[in-house]
Amino acid sequence: MIALRDVTKRFGAAVALDSVSLEVPPGATHVLLGSSGSGKSTVLRLILGLTAADAGTVAVDGVVVDAGSRDGLVARMGYVVQDGGLYPHLTALDNVTLAADARGWPRARIDARVAELAGMAGLDAATLGRYPRALSGGQRQRVGLMRALMLDPPVLLLDEPLGALDPIVRAELQDQLGHLFATLAKTVVLVTHDIREAARLGRTITLMTAGRVVQHGTFADLVERPAVPFVTQFLTAQTLATPAAPAR
Amino acid sequence: MRALAWAVALLAALLPTGASADGVIRVGSKSFTESYILAEVVAQVIEQVGEARAERRVGLGGTGLTQRALESGAIDVYPEYTGTITRVILKDPALRTVEGIRNRLESGGLAVSASLGFANTYALAVRADQAERLGLRTIGDLTRHPELRAAFSSGFLERDDGWPGLRARYGLGLARVEVMEHAVTYRAIASGQVDIIDVFSTDGQLERLRLRLLEDDRRFFPDYSAVLLARREMTERFPRTWARLREALEGRLDAARMARLNAMADLDGRSVPEVAAAFLGGATPAAGVGRGRALLGELAGLTGDHLLLVLISVGAAVVLGIPMGVVAARYRRAGQLELSVIAMLQTIPALALLMFMIPLFGIGKGPALVALSLYALLPIARNTYAGMMAIEPTLLEIAWVLGLGRLRRLVRVELPLSAIAIMAGVKTAAVTTVGTATLAAFIGGGGYGTLIVRGLALDDTATILAGAAPAALMALGFHALFELLDRVVIPRGLRT
Repeated sequence: MIALRDVTKRFGAAVALDSVSLEVPPGATHVLLGSSGSGKSTVLRLILGLTAADAGTVAVDGVVVDAGSRDGLVARMGYVVQDGGLYPHLTALDNVTLAADARGWPRARIDARVAELAGMAGLDAATLGRYPRALSGGQRQRVGLMRALMLDPPVLLLDEPLGALDPIVRAELQDQLGHLFATLAKTVVLVTHDIREAARLGRTITLMTAGRVVQHGTFADLVERPAVPFVTQFLTAQTLATPAAPAR
Repeated sequence: MRALAWAVALLAALLPTGASADGVIRVGSKSFTESYILAEVVAQVIEQVGEARAERRVGLGGTGLTQRALESGAIDVYPEYTGTITRVILKDPALRTVEGIRNRLESGGLAVSASLGFANTYALAVRADQAERLGLRTIGDLTRHPELRAAFSSGFLERDDGWPGLRARYGLGLARVEVMEHAVTYRAIASGQVDIIDVFSTDGQLERLRLRLLEDDRRFFPDYSAVLLARREMTERFPRTWARLREALEGRLDAARMARLNAMADLDGRSVPEVAAAFLGGATPAAGVGRGRALLGELAGLTGDHLLLVLISVGAAVVLGIPMGVVAARYRRAGQLELSVIAMLQTIPALALLMFMIPLFGIGKGPALVALSLYALLPIARNTYAGMMAIEPTLLEIAWVLGLGRLRRLVRVELPLSAIAIMAGVKTAAVTTVGTATLAAFIGGGGYGTLIVRGLALDDTATILAGAAPAALMALGFHALFELLDRVVIPRGLRT
């Protein structure tokens, strides 16, 4: 369970989040939807404890995220960023095992977990032996996902995970991610600006703009019962702006 | 900075400096021909007596340096001049006799020989033809020709018994006064670029370059009789050697003979050991082949010295500089202060930095290493800092999310990601240190600079090149070595 209560976050004079409240029940897949600058990535960073709120509280499983609790809480979270966020000086495999190494897992346990994840992500050993720059964008993203899942955290946070991919790979990975979220039974928060992605992956969606929540609900809610005209505007603007979209 | 001070002190403690060791007499000299020759004569006499081994620590630069070296025990004996002793060392120009000097020095634990027989006084020299044309005979005559250009060595330019005093005594005003290395002033006057230079009255070039000494008709220059200045510790411990040195040298050298010896070295291309041997009447090693072989042998030793200077100082700079760069990147404000301090060190001219080490650590390799390490610090620390600061913040956040502790994050993420920048800094440090290390010779640190300093003193381009060319080669060698090292140190995933 992830809960934000009246969270406000400022960067200097700019207000990134203005009194945002949000609840994601355990095991749910929730999408934060909005254009860039809407504050959706800041929500993830607050949950992770990478930045602190100026007002309001962020809690994970009932524990408020603060300087004292964040080290313990972050161990329960996996974090995936755009283009994988892989370390260029480490092979894909070393990227994946970094967290387990740090916790002193025995070799056999690491190997078993890697095998399991590789099967899930559809990557073979040869691919895992490569350095990130020798991988395709899709492969990098899968490695990033494997790394986030290595310790089997109950919470998975994804920040524009597919943002750097071309449309075809993107669609393919969206399907696989959807399948994965369904089978893993993790609490997932995914940040995207892409309504198609939000529709495919999010059981529930929060549409944000300029640091405020516009509407919470399912995709059907947003389409059929928009809270304000902006919701419809946002949805249609993007459909029109993406030439490839109507064809699919 | 405290850690740095400790490390530097430790480094210095590990290196041999000061305190005369068993059965060794350390012979020093200043960096001009006559001083080299006299020191070599002293060294050869010591070897003949056989009571102690002679260690040559020659070419130490000016009076301040040799004097401090003698006081600290880094050298045991060196040739000096009475005028310098009374004015610069004792600061009592009223003292006139060697006896008076001896009494005053005794309390300081120093011994002085009688005059070696000649006085090497400061003098002003002009080209003979020009002197003829302008009717220059005395220093006083210069007042009629303020348009003349002068080039003086830095010692002469600054000492009270040099130019400042002379100008006041004679009321001189010259259009242009430049400061130049002593050996270079001869070239400048011979080629007509300047008209007046300061010389020593026994300089070998005077006669051959057709220079005329201007008479000091107002008796400004004090008596500069050559003597040996030694630590009493040495004279008491090796009485036979000291007695033999006095016997062989006191009163044995008149000005003409000294000038001839200087000319042999300066103008005939004879090596200093040859000249010294010729004076002592021993067998004179054949010039040419023998000299070439001796130089090669010496070069091998100097290469070892030079490598040692570079490797140890760059090694120390790596050990200190990388952590300093890391600290600077971690604690921004303290880091800026730290980097500014290191940058400030860098603004001190290398030679001056070397000189600053002498009161702290004496002379020799120790202080040279400390100075070179300090000098190599900036590129390494700054590049480490720059490398760390250039890491994408997301990658550091992910390290924290993945549960990497500070140390693991540093070792597995930050340092490898900064490797290219750090290696570039180390490379810069190594290559420049090869060059800077040639200056170590000025404080008796050895290395290729020994040949450069000597070549400058003897006005011998070949000797200068014999030191400079290998240094350039070594710099290239280091560059190539580091290109190879890059392959080991820089992670494969980062290489292009």
